[in-house]
Amino acid sequence: MKKNEKAVLEGAHFFTGNHAACEGAIAAGCRFVSGYPITPSTGVIERIALRFPFVGGVFIQMEDELASSIALQGAVWAGEKAMTITSGPGLYLMMEHIGLAVITETPCVFVDVQRGGPSTGLPTLPGQADMMQARWGSHGDYEIIALAPDSPQECFDFIITAFNLAEQFRIPVMFMMDECIGHMSEKVVIPPADKIEITPRRYTKLPPEQYLLYKPEKDLVPAMVKAGDGYHFHVTGLTHDERGYPVISAECQAELIPRLVDKIRLNEKKIRMLKMDIPDDSEVVIISYGITSRVVTLAIEMAKKEGIKVGSLRLIVVWPFPEEVIKDIAKRVKAIVVVEMNYGQVFYEVERVSAGNAKVILVPHAGGTVHKPDEVYKSIIEAVK
Amino acid sequence: MNPPNPIESLLRMDRIPHIWCPGCGIGTAVNCFIRALMESQIPFDNICVVSGIGCTGRVAGYIKLDSFHTTHGRALPFATGLKLANPDLKVIVFSGDGDMIAIGGNHFIHAARRNMDITVICVNNFNYAMTGGQVGPTTPYTANASTSPYGSFEKPFNLPKLAESAGASYVARWTTYHVIQMKKSMLRAIKKKGFTFVEVISPCPTLYGRRNRLGAGLSTMRYYKKNSVIKNGAPTSELDLKFQNKIVVGKFLDIEKPTFLDEMDQLYKKVRTSAV
Repeated sequence: MKKNEKAVLEGAHFFTGNHAACEGAIAAGCRFVSGYPITPSTGVIERIALRFPFVGGVFIQMEDELASSIALQGAVWAGEKAMTITSGPGLYLMMEHIGLAVITETPCVFVDVQRGGPSTGLPTLPGQADMMQARWGSHGDYEIIALAPDSPQECFDFIITAFNLAEQFRIPVMFMMDECIGHMSEKVVIPPADKIEITPRRYTKLPPEQYLLYKPEKDLVPAMVKAGDGYHFHVTGLTHDERGYPVISAECQAELIPRLVDKIRLNEKKIRMLKMDIPDDSEVVIISYGITSRVVTLAIEMAKKEGIKVGSLRLIVVWPFPEEVIKDIAKRVKAIVVVEMNYGQVFYEVERVSAGNAKVILVPHAGGTVHKPDEVYKSIIEAVK
Repeated sequence: MNPPNPIESLLRMDRIPHIWCPGCGIGTAVNCFIRALMESQIPFDNICVVSGIGCTGRVAGYIKLDSFHTTHGRALPFATGLKLANPDLKVIVFSGDGDMIAIGGNHFIHAARRNMDITVICVNNFNYAMTGGQVGPTTPYTANASTSPYGSFEKPFNLPKLAESAGASYVARWTTYHVIQMKKSMLRAIKKKGFTFVEVISPCPTLYGRRNRLGAGLSTMRYYKKNSVIKNGAPTSELDLKFQNKIVVGKFLDIEKPTFLDEMDQLYKKVRTSAV
């Protein structure tokens, strides 16, 4: 059947975040999903399983997260766009293959619908405590990209961005939802298919005899090939040279690792997505992401009513971290308040980057429900004292 | 000048010499495999070789085809994604016993259960060789390994029985002494649809062989020659391997049944038709 038939469900819908993420992935061109059921993410694969027969996709429920997180990479090397979906306890089982996707430069999307932890923790209740495992849970030095949507509409919109960034930088992109976003239902407007921007795979134009699998282009990202096209290439999780051949040496490692790190760090500005509302006379700035950014809106309104000059920065792309932006804010304001549903993850990054130029205050939460706007409001008052 | 190696065209000669020890059986398995590929008439561009980690895990890196050296135990789920995303590909997984049956055991039984259209060639050398000869899920009862220094007291897996029980369509076992039969089995396994499995019993003179005083690779080949019994069609329940005992080899299973893709395509077609 034709691949795009019925793929983009144009128009207005009432969707959960999980269902919106599913539709966004389909609109982004994702046609392979391997998954393993885990609360609160399961709604995504359930809808994928329903929809894929009609859009020419392949869904397979694998035997565990280890299998899910590598099956999608096989599909990518066969030419598909692919994703897997999980929650915290599944994400750590996938760490092995986040590392594999990083070193083999396999573009793919990992959706994490976060819940309270550690371990089995709070299966049905929210958390935002996977931010650091998403960033650095696998071993070795690397950088990934992570996005945090705050509504079902953004689950649709930004999962498309996630697929596009994965292709542009040949990297696993982490899509950091949470239980609230995953399960809440809201209006989601899906634009016409021809209005959706899709980044195609960076296939090489070179013939096999001239092509090197890992020879980087100007932006440090190499052009790709797929199985079956006659390139007879070799992909390995070992440290490798530009041919893709394993070379177990400090010299080869010193070539490869800085490039993998720099292709993200040096392109941070291109990847950056923030929602910033910081008036020039702001005394304090609230930094938040995901569902928490919706809770802080009320606290900010309360503070404004009291005459406090307060600005807001919402991280849509959390990793790579927008260091320059936050460094600049820290120089302009008295205090920064970081609100996140954990006991300090993004907070420590803000504190590091602020380098003592502003007071940095954490409003933590152990998870299970969202912050009370009151708690955030009190911290704002505290911050400007 | 030596005549060129007849399988050279499918080897990455720029990576030779390989890492395998003198007397190791993996090279023999690769040789038989490439000869099987050459006879198969499958276009080489459509063939993918996937490996996990370990000595046998290095096979993918020496074969000049689209090849993937993945993570420990996970070659099969990677191969599953590759095959499902492009069913025109012929996907072969080359794996060792520890890689495929211990850490990859769950993936093995599930790929077999699904009758996924993949060929698995499992080189069984009875130990973890890459890491220095540790006990594994196929180490024979009483055999010595570096982490069973007083002899293994665990019962090993019978791989053909495991493959058949889990749902494979084709199951064979040969030793590296049986090169003609091994190549023939590999050819049949590659050409056949569904989950096909070939166990290759292989010497590991450096580790398993030395620890158990079995001599060099040649002595092990003599032992294979003397102690192997060809029993095509033997019930897989009778294929347990005992330490330095008889080895029953042959083709044990060759049946037809729908693959994962056959079932999926048929069902999806029906679902689409009834939705119209």
